Amino acid sequence: MDLAAHTVPDTETSGRRRCAGLLAGSTLIELHSAWDALTDKPETKPVRGPETGLVMVRGRIGGGGSPFNLGEATVTRATIALASGTIGHAQALGTDKKKVRLAAIFDALWQEETTRDAVERTLLSPVEMRIATQDKARAEETAATRVDFFTMVRGDD
Amino acid sequence: MYVAVKGGEAAITNAHRLLADRRRGDRTLPSITIEQVAEQLGLAVDRVMAEASLHDRSLAALAVRQSRGDLIEAIFLLRAYRTTLPRFGSSVPLDTATMQVERRVSATYKDLPGGQLLGPTFDYTHRLLDPSLLADEAVDEPASREAGGEEVMRVSDILAHEGLIEPDGDLPQDHEAGDLTREPMEFPMGRDLRLQALARGDEGFLLALGYSTQRGYGRNHPFVGEIRIGEVEVEMDIPELGFAVSLGRIRVTECQMVNQFKGSSKAPPQFTRGYGLVFGQSERKAMSMSLVDRALRAEELGEDITAPAQDEEFVISHSDNVQATGFVEHLKLPHYVDFQAELAMVRRMRADIEAARNGETEMKDAAE
Repeated sequence: MDLAAHTVPDTETSGRRRCAGLLAGSTLIELHSAWDALTDKPETKPVRGPETGLVMVRGRIGGGGSPFNLGEATVTRATIALASGTIGHAQALGTDKKKVRLAAIFDALWQEETTRDAVERTLLSPVEMRIATQDKARAEETAATRVDFFTMVRGDD
Repeated sequence: MYVAVKGGEAAITNAHRLLADRRRGDRTLPSITIEQVAEQLGLAVDRVMAEASLHDRSLAALAVRQSRGDLIEAIFLLRAYRTTLPRFGSSVPLDTATMQVERRVSATYKDLPGGQLLGPTFDYTHRLLDPSLLADEAVDEPASREAGGEEVMRVSDILAHEGLIEPDGDLPQDHEAGDLTREPMEFPMGRDLRLQALARGDEGFLLALGYSTQRGYGRNHPFVGEIRIGEVEVEMDIPELGFAVSLGRIRVTECQMVNQFKGSSKAPPQFTRGYGLVFGQSERKAMSMSLVDRALRAEELGEDITAPAQDEEFVISHSDNVQATGFVEHLKLPHYVDFQAELAMVRRMRADIEAARNGETEMKDAAE
């Protein structure tokens, strides 16, 4: 996850950003198992989608210069409403509508005082942990391919 | 006399049925799955995504399978699919400095922060066919070593400290990044549009052009400052939320080419740069792209334009393999009427020449 999502959720915005990022990074299996763990399955109403479209991915000239359009990526988004009126949004790369619909429900549940802890415990924390573990394993596999240079002893004659 | 006809419906249906059969191949072998294509032919999938200009591994794998491994056909399929979807918006520009790096090498500095990370590379293999892949032998898990946590610093930032390299390419503040999928192309174009075209350009075409600059057709003295491959976060502003959130990650390959430059009337002696950024793992493409990007900056840097790789209109107009294949391959479609017309014309011209020649002979005979 990016740096902003890693910071302590001291404001509502950074908390919501972290939640949205982790929901986008979650798998359908993780979302399903969190859904199964819910004691009170909420009633939800679709507001928009789930629908698949495109996001134009931008890069920067030279890595840090002006933006340019690199190419598009598929993205799926959904918006749902809980019976309480809380609106949940979710968006993730790819075309998995089931995943994004469930993610939108969890986004709404995360906003409700009464269910935030459960969402954190059954979904966000495990997903965050899984991603961190995978990243660490990858980084260590890459580190094993790091070149250690050593100087050959040079003969004098 | 040519009479309009139609036909071939049954032939076309049966041809497509035959295609499906040949695509499936020997029925005693298991059918290949999309997941297998995505996992085990991953670099083919990456190439299809890059040149189709659509990042979606599953759909690209489907396209590879559907096209029987004909990658340009697969690129065409994915491009066509792309046109069926609405665009929700643009991402926040990718920050490749915060990439989860899987490979990073520099040919300009041996010891640099973050080190030389070879990653999963074909480099240093002996290019000998491996008989162990004939059978389905178990493969070792990768080795692992504690990661230092050292920041993998950009090579361009290291050189920038000395002021010997030009900065990242900045266009005027109010410049809105052009999009060639929305507006017709016009020449000359901005570097942003050129990079978009090159990012989706044919790998083989860009490779050949990059090679041509090395062989002396628009030589620009390149060094690989850095190649990095890894995953980056894609973020998009969500109007309903009022801030940007992550949509997930994609793997990209970035190449910073550093080029010697002796200066011109417009710029002092310094290192200039060519830039390559490509979906997926594809360093050949990223390197070629950065060579061609640099070559196409000839006019901006006040260099003489003498070679094909420096000719923007030539390069950009011919880099798209979907356009190219469409125009080349349309030649096989029925041109019966055109050809009948040409045939009649050639016959008439022949007849005219013969008539003229006979006339001359008669005149000569008469004179004698």
